[in-house]
Amino acid sequence: MKPGHGDQLLAEGDPKVAEEEAELIEAFRRQLDQGMWAAVPTRESGGRREATMVRDFDEVPRDAERVIFFPPAAGG
Amino acid sequence: MSAVSIIVVSIVGAGLFAVAFGPDAAKLVRRRRDRGDSRPQQLRERLPDPGRELRAERRAEDLLRSVAGEEAYEAYRALGFLHVYGGEGALGRPSYGYLIYPHKPLVSYDVESGELLSELCVGFPDRTEGEFGERLPDADDVLAKWMALSGDERSLVDAANMHLPGRQLDPDHVRRDVLRMSEWTSSATSSTYGSSDIA
Repeated sequence: MKPGHGDQLLAEGDPKVAEEEAELIEAFRRQLDQGMWAAVPTRESGGRREATMVRDFDEVPRDAERVIFFPPAAGG
Repeated sequence: MSAVSIIVVSIVGAGLFAVAFGPDAAKLVRRRRDRGDSRPQQLRERLPDPGRELRAERRAEDLLRSVAGEEAYEAYRALGFLHVYGGEGALGRPSYGYLIYPHKPLVSYDVESGELLSELCVGFPDRTEGEFGERLPDADDVLAKWMALSGDERSLVDAANMHLPGRQLDPDHVRRDVLRMSEWTSSATSSTYGSSDIA
């Protein structure tokens, strides 16, 4: 998520392919190094939508469709 | 003073002025000319572009719809805010919830009584790129709050400045929104929506 843009695609790939996974990890780390928060949208068995916050690429479920990065929260 | 002496004084005066201020005057003229060339471009860059902002807002709404679901998106469009329940109370039922307004404080309320509990002032300022300012599109701001509350409520609450209800938002207005949200939830017919904790 970016001001003035909405969401932007940063990286795309299949984590089962080693080369693509390395690119995904690099993109993930770059965002976290910038201080971004990362969330993985999930859906419960009942259809309920939720999100899981992740702080390491290993925490991203293997079947996750996407990870969304957004600026960290700050008191307003 | 004769006309000749006045002309001589004027010429000498003009010469002295040119010697004294000539280089500065020339620089000033050059600077103004250069600035005259670049200013419209700078102004264009600084002026808000309604088209770009509208496109960003639409992208943000599409993302909200795909992440939070169709029903949440419809509720957001109709009510102007999202809703999420907090921790579970007795019998596994949620004891409190949050109303999530774009670029306004979160408001927590008691599910049972509808009483407003607190205002949580929190935002997601983007300090990495100043080109378009710090402000996320409205739907992105709402979605970021929804994801953070859903995934890590404690971190979001810790980051927020907590106040009593009424600091920024009109409590009567928020109470009406709680009612509107309840009515919206009860009128929703989708089975998915009925089991969802978002409105």
